[in-house]
This record gives sequence, structure tokens and C-alpha cells, in this order.
Amino acid sequence: MAAKGDFTDNLGRLYSIYAGGFAVFVIALWILEDFAGLPSKVILWAYVALTVLVYAYIGIMSRTSQVSEYYVAGRSVPAVYNGMATGAEMSGICFVGMAGSLYVLGYDGLAFVLGWTGGYVLVAVLLAPYLRKFGAYTVPDFLGTRYGGNLPRLLGIIVLFAASFTYLTAQIYASGIIASRFLGIDFQIAVFAGLAGILVCSMLGGMRAVTWTQVAQYIILITAYLLPAIWMSTVKTGVPIPQIMYGSILGDIATMEQALGVATKDFHSLPFDGNGLWSIEARDFFFLIFCLMVGTASLPHILMRFFTTPTVREARKSVGWSLFFIFLLYFTAPAYAAFAKFNVMDMFVQAGGVLAYDQIPAWMYRWGNIGGNTLISICGAPVTDQAAVMAACGADKAAGFGFSDLSLGKDMIMLSTPEIAGMPWFVIGLVGAGGFAAALSTADGLVLAIANALSHDIYYKMIDPNADTKRRLFIAKTILLLVALLAAYTASKQPSDILSMVAWAFSLAAAGLFAPLVLGVWDARTTRQGAIWGIILGFGVTLYYLVGNVYGFDLAKGTGDELNWFDVKSISAGIFGIPISFIVTYVVSRVTPAPSREMQDFVLRLRAPKGGQLMEQTH
Amino acid sequence: MPDRISPEFAAAHWAKTRTLMWICLVLWAVFSFVIHMFVSALNGITFVGFPLGFYMAAQGSLVVFVVLIFWYSARQNAIDEEFGAAED
Repeated sequence: MAAKGDFTDNLGRLYSIYAGGFAVFVIALWILEDFAGLPSKVILWAYVALTVLVYAYIGIMSRTSQVSEYYVAGRSVPAVYNGMATGAEMSGICFVGMAGSLYVLGYDGLAFVLGWTGGYVLVAVLLAPYLRKFGAYTVPDFLGTRYGGNLPRLLGIIVLFAASFTYLTAQIYASGIIASRFLGIDFQIAVFAGLAGILVCSMLGGMRAVTWTQVAQYIILITAYLLPAIWMSTVKTGVPIPQIMYGSILGDIATMEQALGVATKDFHSLPFDGNGLWSIEARDFFFLIFCLMVGTASLPHILMRFFTTPTVREARKSVGWSLFFIFLLYFTAPAYAAFAKFNVMDMFVQAGGVLAYDQIPAWMYRWGNIGGNTLISICGAPVTDQAAVMAACGADKAAGFGFSDLSLGKDMIMLSTPEIAGMPWFVIGLVGAGGFAAALSTADGLVLAIANALSHDIYYKMIDPNADTKRRLFIAKTILLLVALLAAYTASKQPSDILSMVAWAFSLAAAGLFAPLVLGVWDARTTRQGAIWGIILGFGVTLYYLVGNVYGFDLAKGTGDELNWFDVKSISAGIFGIPISFIVTYVVSRVTPAPSREMQDFVLRLRAPKGGQLMEQTH
Repeated sequence: MPDRISPEFAAAHWAKTRTLMWICLVLWAVFSFVIHMFVSALNGITFVGFPLGFYMAAQGSLVVFVVLIFWYSARQNAIDEEFGAAED
């Protein structure tokens, strides 16, 4: 145990050395690129190889043969570091796609920024300290103990699996896209490179290894996110603080939108597509914020991060640090989007409003079509060759195309902007390494959440409660390997809908888990029957609407039999399930016999931090 | 040393905790939803170069959330200590 004490005591020093070493590495590449003409391919490979080696090193050093180390990192993670790890966990959805969404959607895209940050207030106030005091290993573990018996536990696992598996697949898919674009390898191979990256971080050391690699990944990804934004801000305004300087850029964008004849409803800063507060567009904005926030406070891979702190007090503070590190990323995204949009619009303004076909920049061809996905199109045609684009735009645009004819995919904007803005390769490679770190860290958390529920809740709690430590860890690691393999296999099949399914995870988790978790702590009268029906109906209605709205009853898209309740979008399907689960849980709890005296006493003890955690460490 | 507090203290501790919870949730709702309902009016005001309505959704509310959680955390610790419910 001495080694572990040494490690947590020296965290500040170790991670400072690590961050310093990484800075030296970046500067060395800069110098080599500038003075020795290091080829771009070498730079890109060096970034990925070095970072994955570091993760593997941390992962192997953190290997463990203790159950509590494997499931909750020995409950020894200080608040600040747990915050960084949570920041890394929330980065996967933000890093690749967020700036692009904001580029395309403008103000209305800020629903994502608000939704994925404000949920932490709910985590801090309603759940994290109480779940920490309880002392579970997994979220279904809490449901199983609070409500008694295997059914609540099993329902919790079903919701967890439904919400987390597609989310995991999408993260592996993203890591494959990044690896294939930056390393120039085939997508199918790249997916398994991503898988290897995930396994080295998680398999040997479980939560302990994931935590310490996530801290390392956070340091890389935040640098990679900030540097290009700072670069663009300095070039354009002379001040290296993009988050403040883009205020004036928004004004420039508005001026250029007038000059380039952008339709009013597409104006960048205009809320709700120009519709008023009582419009469907405004309603969708608020519904989405609500579903994402409640979903953030329900997703097991996020909640389980707060099981790892030493005390209840640290758990509360850690939520604050988590949001601080997430905030650094999320408040930069709108700045990134504004500078990127400015650069593209400026190109059209400089050309006099229309860009001639022989002036199509090289980056548009490079990013036009990757692995069969159209990322850039002009007049609706993928940018692959000049003749195809000219044909699509037609004779009345013989002179060239305008800004409005150009459509950029939201998943390419973050990764391609450094290239568009003409930054050197050492920055472009850094962004690639950052995107890879973000996808890996989120995937690590998800694979662990799924595998732990299967190994702890199903195997240990339901099948073989007498298993010894060695066997439990063997089973846990085997299941983790299988879950990761299955997700990587699914990702390699490139299911077309996978990216839209990520946002569904938040609605599904919110509708299935939020009410039984919150009421389990805040209402001692909540009964087993109440929780069971709350989960079934809340989750059931949301899943029914999601599938019904997107596919209809024949499970095929666009056949006209799709459900439509009040024009609510599938991404906000939780808006039906969340209130239903609360009402059902509350009402059924009131008409069924009160929980046992022991259980009510248990809830009372949950509420005061004093007296140590309620579940024994060895359970 | 008993590992729990008396029922009277527990009830008072929970009453104060609940009040704090509602205060936090009201502030959360204001900065998540209510303030953004006035985005068009706020956009008439310029704040460090930003239209204020846009700024609140892109940064202002986020800053409030971060501060709110640290404030909550300090307040809740104070409540725990007041009733002897804090960790040893």
C-alpha cells in the first residue's frame, strides 16, 4: 500500500512533470518542423504513438488485484483530479462535434452548451453526496439496495445498457474517424486501434487506471482545444483570449451575413431562427436543455465518478471542479465556432461574394468525403471534383458559388479548422491527439460503467455472491473485454444512425433513472413498487416515442407511420418520460405499504455525512 | 463516539438542507431557462462586445453554475458542521 500512498501524495508533482514533458514534446516538434522540415506524416504519427504509449504506461502501472481499487479507485481520488477526469469524460461529445454544431446552428446550438453544463448543479445538490455516502460500486447497486431485490437492480441495468451502449459505439466510431484521417490508415483498422487504446487504459486497472489516464488525457485535450482558438484570436484581433475577443467577431459575422445575402433565419446570433418566444423553435430549445441536463445527472458513467472521492465533502467539491474543467472546454466552443465561421465567410467576402470553381481551396477536397461520408458539399454535391460541383450548381451560377451554397458537416469543423486557417502541422497533429484523447476517455468511462454493471450487479450480486476476489476481478476484466469488442465491432459496421443516437442516451437515462435515484434519497416514503413502475413507464414511454418517432412501427425510416406527439423531436423524447416517472413513482409509493422501518432508517442515515459509508468496502 | 446524530438534530439538519436544495434549484432554473426567455430583449444590450442575450447562453449562465456549485458545497458543509453531521 505504500506505493499507492506515494502516488496520491505526489500527484501534483507527477502531473506537472507530465504536462511539462508534453509541452517540451510539442515545442520540439515545432522546432523540427520549422528548421528541419520534419514531414507532416511523421508529426501526426509521433503525436498518436507518444500519447497512446503514455496512456498504456499509466494503465499498466495502475493495474490492480483489489476489488475496491478496480471498481472505485480505492476511493482515494482528490476532488480536483476527479474533476479533471470527469472533464475528460464529458469531452467526447464536445471535442469533435460541438464547435461544428455551433458553427451550423449559431445561437440555437447553445442549448447543447447549457444542457451539458447545468446538469452538474443537479448532480451536486440532489445526488452526488448521497450516492457517495451510500458507498455503492455502481448505480444499479444503489437501486438494488434502496428498493430491495433483483428487479429494481435489473431494470437499472437495462436502462444503463440502453443509454450507454450506443454512446460507447459512437465514441469508438469517432476515435476510428480521427485515427484514419490523421494517420491515413483504413477506417476498419483504425477502429481497432481505438479499441486497443481503450483496453490499455481500462482493462488491467479498472476505475483506478481509467481515472489516472483520464487526468492525463484531459491535459492533452484541453491544450489541443485551446491552442487553435488562441491562435485564431491572436491572428485576427491581436489578443490571445478567444473567449472574450469573439464578441467583436460576432459583430463582423453579422456585417458579412448582410453583405453575403445570408437568409435572415440563418443569422448566427439570432435566437430561435428568428421566431418569438412562443414558437416551436423556442420550445425545442428549452426542451433540449432540460433533457440534456437531467440526462447528465442520470448517466451512470458520470455519477460513478463521484463514488471515487475519499469523503462526502470531497464529492460535493469535486462536482464543482468537474464543472469548472468542463466549462473551460464548453465556453471555448462558441468562440472556436465564431472564429471558424469568420474565416470561411471572409474567404467569400475577399472574393467579392462568389468563389469561382477553380478557386475551391484544397482543404475542401481533402475533407469533402471521408470513408464514404460526405462532410462538405457545394450546391448539394459532395466536393470531390470540380466538374461535379459545377454541374450541381447549374448554369445560372456559372461564375461561382456563394457562402450559402456551401454546406460544412458539423463533425469536420473542429478537426479541419487548423488546416483551413493555415496553421502548422505541429498544431494540426495536436488537435488530432486531443480529439483521440477525448474519444478514448469518454469511451473508457462508458465501457467501465457497462462492464461493471454486468460483472458486479449481474454476476456477483445475482449469480454467484460467494465468488472470491480473484474470480470477481477475472470476470470483471473478461466482461470488459467482451463489451469493448462488441462495441468496436458495431462501430466498424458504420451504422449510419449512430451519431444521432448519442443524444438519445441523455433522454433515455433521464427518463429511466433520475426519478428513482432522486426520490430514493429525498423521499423516504418511496417504495419498491413505486420505483419499479416509475422506471418501467418513464423509460418505456420515452423509448416508445424515440423509436416510434424516428422509425415508426415497421422500424423503417420515412414510411409515413412515424409517431408525432406535439412535434417534439426525438432528441428531446425525455420530456415525456421524466415527468411520468416522477408522477408514477410518487403516486404508486403513496398507495403501496411504506418501506420497512430499517429502510426508512437507512434513508435517514444516507442524509448525514457522519458515520462513514453505509455499504462495507468488501461487499 | 456515536456514528449518528440525534433524531431532533437530524430533522433540523434535513430541514435546512432541503431549504438550501430549493434555493439552488430555483437559481438553476433561472439561469437554465428563465433568463434565456428574455434573450431578444437582452440582445439589445452590449456586454464586452457581445449581445448580452447571446453572452448569457454562451458564458454567463455557465459561470453562474460553477460558482453556484462551489457556494452550495461550502453552505452544505457549514450546515453539516452546525448540527454535528459532518464527517469526522
